[in-house]
Amino acid sequence: MSDLIFNVDSVTLRFGGVVSLNDVSLHQKRGEILAVIGPNGAGKTSLFNSLTGVYQPQEGSIFFTNREGKVISIIGKKAHRVASAGVARTFQASRMFSALTTFENVKIGAESHRGIGVIGAMVKGPRTRRGERHSDERTEELLKFVGLYDKANVISSSLSYGDRRRLEIARGLATDPQVLLLDEPAAGTNPAEKIQLTELIRKVRDEMGVSILLIEHDMKLVMALAERLYVLNFGSVIAEGSPEAIRSNPVVIEAYLGSSDDESEKSPS
Amino acid sequence: MQTFLRNPHLRRFGISFLVMELVALMTGPPGSTQTPTAGFRGSFFEASSFYGLFRTQRWVVFLALAVVVFAIWSGWLTQGSVIRTTTSKALTYPRAVTQRKPVRWSLLGVALIVALLLPRIVDDAFWHSAMTEQIGVFVLLATGLNVVVGFAGLLDLGYVAFYAIGAYTTAWITGSLPTPAPFHGHFDPFVAIPVAIVIVMVAGILLGAPTLRLRGDYLAIVTLGFGEIVTIFANNLYGITGGSQGSGPIPHPVLHVGPLHYVWSLKPVPYYYLLLVFLVIFLIAFSLLEHSRIGRAWTAIREDEVAAESVGINPLKYKVMAFAIGASTAGFAGVVTASQSNNVFPSSFTLQSSINILVLVIFGGMGSIFGVVVGAIIIQVAYSYLLHTPPQGYQSADLYMYLGALLVLMMIFRPSGLIPSRRRQREMVLSKAGEGHMDEVLTGDTP
Repeated sequence: MSDLIFNVDSVTLRFGGVVSLNDVSLHQKRGEILAVIGPNGAGKTSLFNSLTGVYQPQEGSIFFTNREGKVISIIGKKAHRVASAGVARTFQASRMFSALTTFENVKIGAESHRGIGVIGAMVKGPRTRRGERHSDERTEELLKFVGLYDKANVISSSLSYGDRRRLEIARGLATDPQVLLLDEPAAGTNPAEKIQLTELIRKVRDEMGVSILLIEHDMKLVMALAERLYVLNFGSVIAEGSPEAIRSNPVVIEAYLGSSDDESEKSPS
Repeated sequence: MQTFLRNPHLRRFGISFLVMELVALMTGPPGSTQTPTAGFRGSFFEASSFYGLFRTQRWVVFLALAVVVFAIWSGWLTQGSVIRTTTSKALTYPRAVTQRKPVRWSLLGVALIVALLLPRIVDDAFWHSAMTEQIGVFVLLATGLNVVVGFAGLLDLGYVAFYAIGAYTTAWITGSLPTPAPFHGHFDPFVAIPVAIVIVMVAGILLGAPTLRLRGDYLAIVTLGFGEIVTIFANNLYGITGGSQGSGPIPHPVLHVGPLHYVWSLKPVPYYYLLLVFLVIFLIAFSLLEHSRIGRAWTAIREDEVAAESVGINPLKYKVMAFAIGASTAGFAGVVTASQSNNVFPSSFTLQSSINILVLVIFGGMGSIFGVVVGAIIIQVAYSYLLHTPPQGYQSADLYMYLGALLVLMMIFRPSGLIPSRRRQREMVLSKAGEGHMDEVLTGDTP
């Protein structure tokens, strides 16, 4: 069984003449909280989309260790196949099924990897009933876990930004993933929600054993959570290491944090 | 003069007046080559009665109508919000009541009893055949198309093709086509039901698998083309389908199962009951389907395909499934039509009928099973009524003008349909507020 959940080797992604990812290599250990940071347009979301099968990089390889411990290639697989293999994700601008309730949103995630029984669904046979009960229980469990249980029957579009993040995390976890990819989870949340979110993300790893890969602009959140970081700039990895090492890395400071006399830790953009 | 024209009351009246003049022209007598102005003159000066109240000329009637439109318009502008809230209250109140389970079940029970007794209540030969050929079959077709358009959000403009394939399969199985039947047998139309459903499903998958990767408008065009191809094939493959002459006589179904013995004949009422039995089965199956994980997956795909994929839903698989299920319903309707009308003609499967079925779905409320059934019944009853007792000056081609006007009004005042599905209505409200996606059936654009 491989120790690496993700093993990305010299991936290059181009859109026509534009190079979005240039020879990116990255690996993530099982159970690790890994962060990818970088200025806007550095290729962070492109990397996420390559890892989830939305984009197909032209060069390089992406290997993922699935539930059974088998190493599989992500490249060439469709997004839904990657998701079923155990890669869950949230989106930068939260994408929920906004006309459905919180409960239904999570339930869709919970039932997605069961086989489709059309006839069973049409006559509501015993297997369908059992499946429904199972996903109802799982959904309840997850809503309690992320702290949305009291909002289970609320239409998801009326949730606050912080709650939407929780919902997306719950929906992702419902697919029983090996790794959860979080695309700027703190965007649009207030300071109190940020602290709760940090706790939740850590809880996901500690209690569910799901590895976390996150992209984030909020340096406080990244430095508090991540055990290791990769820094992307212009589609290339320019540094890798522990939060302390990254903080003091001159290359990173120049590329990302702006000039050294800038006291704020936030990106100038 | 300028300021005079900007007077809002005057402008409103002017517009009402012009619109009513246009209606007068459109509903007026036709012209001819000898007297080209006859239609024009007749539209305004022909004698008419104001709903039997007093005899006058047409232009007076339409002027009076213009005044009425102007009054309603002005009233709407000043009292619009009041009218809106009262009507929406009046419309949601019965809804809140029917949400209660016992009320709902007893209402459905009453509806079923009425449907069972209907041929006795309306004891009229015309209405008996209308009930079967116009209402029953089209309700079934609309329910099937609702799965494709309403549940999965796929715009299918060639739905009638599946109906045609179902009908021609029946003709083929019973040995009524120039092509010999399989195994040179002459099967009963009952045998055609499973065969037609399977063949139509296969056709649905064959068409769906490559084309359902397309979105919105593109899919609509492809399905439109498919519908046309099937009709043209039916028209031109003389050796196989009999061309525009249609098929030979198709026998009526005969039932000999255990203690059940029945022989259908030309009479429409037994077919009405046959349709009713299958309609109930389809309705139950589809409403269970809507609230199953498959129904939820369809909603997820309709709302956000990327997010749906991110939780492991294969959009193509579910779309093809919706297509096949919708198609099988049409296939069954085809079997009934073929064996009831005794013949199959390509002329009954035109683009026009595809669009008509789509209108039934949109009118009733996309995605709402109950709405679609009610909407289809209303439109088809109105259609049959106009056919049976046409009002003075009504020509059958006028129907589409009225249907079009009805749709325009629906889109303005009740865009989610007569009895909207709750999910669909929410999507509509959300997308108006700039949140969430409305699928391409409604917006016509690709996300």
